[in-house]
Amino acid sequence: MKTVVGIVNLQESNELLRELAATRAVEALPFAGRYRVVDFSLSNMINSGVNSVGLMLPDYSRAILDHIRSGKDWDLARRRDGLTYLPAALPSNDARKGDLKDIYANLDFAELSDKKYVLFVNGSYVYNIDFQKVLDFHKDSGSDITMIYKTVDEDKEGHTVTIETSPNGVVTDLAESNGVKKGAKAVLSAYLMPVPTFAYIVRSTYERGGQDFLIDGIIRHSGEHKISAYEHKGYVARINSTAAYYKANRDCLNPEVWEELFMQPDRPISTKVKDEVPVQYKETAEVKNSLIANGCEIRGRVENSILFRGVKVGKGAVVKDAILMQRCDIQDGARVENIICDKNVIITKNRWLKGVETFPYIVTKNARI
Amino acid sequence: MRKTECLGMILAGGQGSRLKALTKTVAKPAVPFGGKYRIIDFPISNCVNSGITKVGVLTQYKPFELHNYLGAGSAWDLDRIGGGIFILPPYAREKGADWYSGTADAIYQNLNFIDLNDPDYVLILSGDHIYTMDYSWMLESHKANNADVTIGVFEVPLEEAPRFGIMVTDKETGRITEFQEKPKEPKSTLASMGIYIFSKPFLKKYLEEDGANENSTHDFGNDLIPKMLNDGARLFSYAFDGYWKDVGTIESLWQANMDLLQDQPPFELNGDWKIYSSNPSMPPHYIGPDGVVKQAMIAEGAQILGQVEHSVIFGGVKVGKGAKVTNSVVFPFTKIEDGAVVDHAILAQDVTIKANAKVEGKEGEISVIPEGEIVG
Repeated sequence: MKTVVGIVNLQESNELLRELAATRAVEALPFAGRYRVVDFSLSNMINSGVNSVGLMLPDYSRAILDHIRSGKDWDLARRRDGLTYLPAALPSNDARKGDLKDIYANLDFAELSDKKYVLFVNGSYVYNIDFQKVLDFHKDSGSDITMIYKTVDEDKEGHTVTIETSPNGVVTDLAESNGVKKGAKAVLSAYLMPVPTFAYIVRSTYERGGQDFLIDGIIRHSGEHKISAYEHKGYVARINSTAAYYKANRDCLNPEVWEELFMQPDRPISTKVKDEVPVQYKETAEVKNSLIANGCEIRGRVENSILFRGVKVGKGAVVKDAILMQRCDIQDGARVENIICDKNVIITKNRWLKGVETFPYIVTKNARI
Repeated sequence: MRKTECLGMILAGGQGSRLKALTKTVAKPAVPFGGKYRIIDFPISNCVNSGITKVGVLTQYKPFELHNYLGAGSAWDLDRIGGGIFILPPYAREKGADWYSGTADAIYQNLNFIDLNDPDYVLILSGDHIYTMDYSWMLESHKANNADVTIGVFEVPLEEAPRFGIMVTDKETGRITEFQEKPKEPKSTLASMGIYIFSKPFLKKYLEEDGANENSTHDFGNDLIPKMLNDGARLFSYAFDGYWKDVGTIESLWQANMDLLQDQPPFELNGDWKIYSSNPSMPPHYIGPDGVVKQAMIAEGAQILGQVEHSVIFGGVKVGKGAKVTNSVVFPFTKIEDGAVVDHAILAQDVTIKANAKVEGKEGEISVIPEGEIVG
């Protein structure tokens, strides 16, 4: 993988994510008790041996910058290669929408990298993959471009690009639709191709008025290239709506998903290190089917929930089907159900709050209820 | 380069033979503690939190894992320019090589390291005690007393005093008048914590004298402190009244872990005085649908499908369905399979307790399963 330069695109649209993504990029959303969504892309890169990684920054970049800093926690703070931040193009130069203008503005990062291939991935997907296998597949296929896809296991909402393939894995059709059906082949917006191919697509598309890398760059010109598709058979979650976010977090309560995502000895998911003490369960604690991060202190009842670092659950409090982000405080006798609490939320004594499974109630950052 | 006011020196070379099976492969300071820490995290974190950012760690017994753990010191924010952590194992000189033959000898052999850093004061610590303490206050007291040596002391019950080095002090000034090493008839209940602040020129003079003395055992408590007292030097005590535990035995190590499980633990691991530690990349732990956890401390990466009560569980541990762990300490990546029973035990790293097997100790006779062992 020494011949590959990685680019993680952090410009996923966040319109379906309501309050959670109001001040942070989708990729900076806290995930599974300890992580942020972007950790998966970065860890996949480094675990696969891609040591030179560019991060295409989103509009709201503070949360991302604060999280990643030098990249040390992902072993990306290197003397040679390592992490490079790729800031967005200045709007005064270009009022176009879409990610293509920013890729174009940073094209020299890939071109001057001395690497042979570009691995361009979207940072809003949660999965654990070995990109070495994608590179091997790409070389064997003799294609110009390899894209990674997942066979969808249930109907899903949101703009999705799906593909049709011939039996030997060559892409025969590419189309965008709103929502996908079970069994469709959804692309994960992750592509591997030689640097010159990448540069050619970006340059020629942008200079002809293109806006979106996938739609304008790949789909509109799919006839010009031989495109192969690599199937990722493992777990994939795309964080593009509040419901998807809620579901993906709760999928981690399934021990199979938890083990596949986090417990592969050669492919750990790294994140920013914080020094928190192990979870302290007190005499009155009652916890079932939950993920609990370090620094929590539990005196009450917790079921089917994900608790981030430093959450407190008081005596007689009940937490059910909830996602509680860092430092939430559920005081004695309070009760929360089907809820997502952003950081530092305080639910005072004996208050009850409830959402529904398909539309979890969201409490915004630093709120006191 | 910025001046070093106080240099920390941590004695981490001890074998810890009383910890038996737990120190078969690692030095005592590298023994795990409290769900995610190792014993040496405590003195190192205390140093960093007290503003001492240059720390020498003297190693000798089975040092590989300890060296590997300390690394460049980044876990404690000690990978600093012109500072940080210095690992000091015994080394060869022109006339050959010596092991560290005592606490004072270990420091004596590293006088060149101390000279190089040229501090005003040298703080000497043991690498095998559990406590949180602000050494900067002790340093202030050392300066205020215009002392040659300040020794950290701790009040112990009279009946336990014979196990310690006892300081007899002037009640008003705290000046030490007499030192009794493990006395049968203690004259005081102030025990030495093995924490010393020396004014550097004074320390150097005594270490050089002691180094030349062939009849000395080269131990601070046995040789140097009595000699200093004899010479009329200014030795002061600094009383510490927080939680302090020597975890040199299986029972005390077990007890110190159990102390963390109280509703209000005797010392705060969660407060402002952080204990830093090397953090592995592991997800939050998972408690299964039939899991029961009470009065427990559980670290990241653990998977609890059975019952855990009054126990400390490290990262990556698996407790199977119907398994029951009580009053125990379980080190990283140990597996307790379905239906197994563990009570009053310390299970070292990578142990496997097979399905339905039993490991049962009792208070005063804690069962210890050594690293990598398979039971049942």
